[in-house]
Amino acid sequence: MKQQRMLIHGVILGVFCLGFGIVLAISDSITVDDIAARALEDRLNSLGQVIPDSIHDNNLVEDAITMKNEGNQEITVYRATMEGKVTGLAYEIFGTGYAGKMKLMLGIDAQGKILGVRVLAHKETPGLGDKIEIKKGNWILRFDGLSLDNPLPDKWKVKKDGGQFDQFAGATITPRGVVRAIREGLEFFAANKAQMMDLAAPMAPMKEVH
Amino acid sequence: MATEYRTIVRDGLWDNNGVLAMLLGMCPAMAMTGTATNGLGMGLATAVVMAASSMLVGMFRNQITQEVRIPVFILVVASMVTLVDLFMNAWMHELYKVLGMFIPLIVSNCLPLARLEAFAGKNPALPSLMDGLFMGIGFTFALTIIGAVREIVGVGTLFADASLLFGSTFKFMEMRLLPADTGILMMILPPGGFLVLGLLVVGKRMLDVRAGKAIQMGGAHSAA
Repeated sequence: MKQQRMLIHGVILGVFCLGFGIVLAISDSITVDDIAARALEDRLNSLGQVIPDSIHDNNLVEDAITMKNEGNQEITVYRATMEGKVTGLAYEIFGTGYAGKMKLMLGIDAQGKILGVRVLAHKETPGLGDKIEIKKGNWILRFDGLSLDNPLPDKWKVKKDGGQFDQFAGATITPRGVVRAIREGLEFFAANKAQMMDLAAPMAPMKEVH
Repeated sequence: MATEYRTIVRDGLWDNNGVLAMLLGMCPAMAMTGTATNGLGMGLATAVVMAASSMLVGMFRNQITQEVRIPVFILVVASMVTLVDLFMNAWMHELYKVLGMFIPLIVSNCLPLARLEAFAGKNPALPSLMDGLFMGIGFTFALTIIGAVREIVGVGTLFADASLLFGSTFKFMEMRLLPADTGILMMILPPGGFLVLGLLVVGKRMLDVRAGKAIQMGGAHSAA
């Protein structure tokens, strides 16, 4: 008797699970294409901020390769081409801030000059460290046009460390992390230029980006 | 019947407010109230999930046996959260970009679960829907107030970025009440959340005492 009742409860729970499972599966199949399209739009949008439309005639997301960065992490390198020649590159760089890892997108031209940098994700203190966001201030724009030899390597630091970049009031660690991430990003390009510019390299598989 | 609904509305909004009286859903009430806009967004998303899951549980209350009710409730809430997440991501993407990170957190909020257990599991679909909805609105109200106080004292603005949440027509909501860089930063950081919540709970009790209402200790009595 007791066992039979237990069976009934199990069946009830099973039916609910099955029912909601079906509803979720149907909803997922309805929305999956739209969600993928939105994710692609977002990606193109954020790439558009570091690679101006005027320098390429290709689809940045299609002409991408994957590489391993210094931290042995797989990154996607998006490549801008104009009439079959590489005119720019964009890839994710990582820095360590006050509250952990920061993710940025770095865009450079074929000579290694910065076209733009944007912060993609961070956990810095609101009101202090978050001034690295373009939404909160213009600080991140000061890197536009710079490259590994402008300023010279020992000036690629915040002012407090003897470099040329302003930290902001009350926050040094965050800008220090950003400056360092950008410098390392540029060094990555200098070290892997041939591979990054090689259009014959196998393309990155189109993967779903969240 | 009308008085019953009036009680549901009053309970949800004030008397038995999820945050200010029952002290449930503390996790989002602390973590998502750095600004009034964040509090409002988190509250609205929670209200939608609560209304939908309360109605469903109200509908199926006779099929859900006592022994398996907790897993079924969790299943209902988690399914509703996933549906809201999927649909918003696909069709309300601008809103999703702002609210998206809050939505999965609703699963870990104990307020929806508490209302399913205390109310929807014992009442028909329509009153359950009302209970879920108004508890959700009360939750929104509490989170928005906490967010507003923290934002004003912390950075001197009110409803910053509201236009990102609701579209550019709501730009007028964004206000700067104090000059820039005068805020007390601590209020935006986690300690500010505890401080403001504590003060608001005290404030609500004081208002209730003045109105001559008996204080329900812990509030949990009326919830259970």
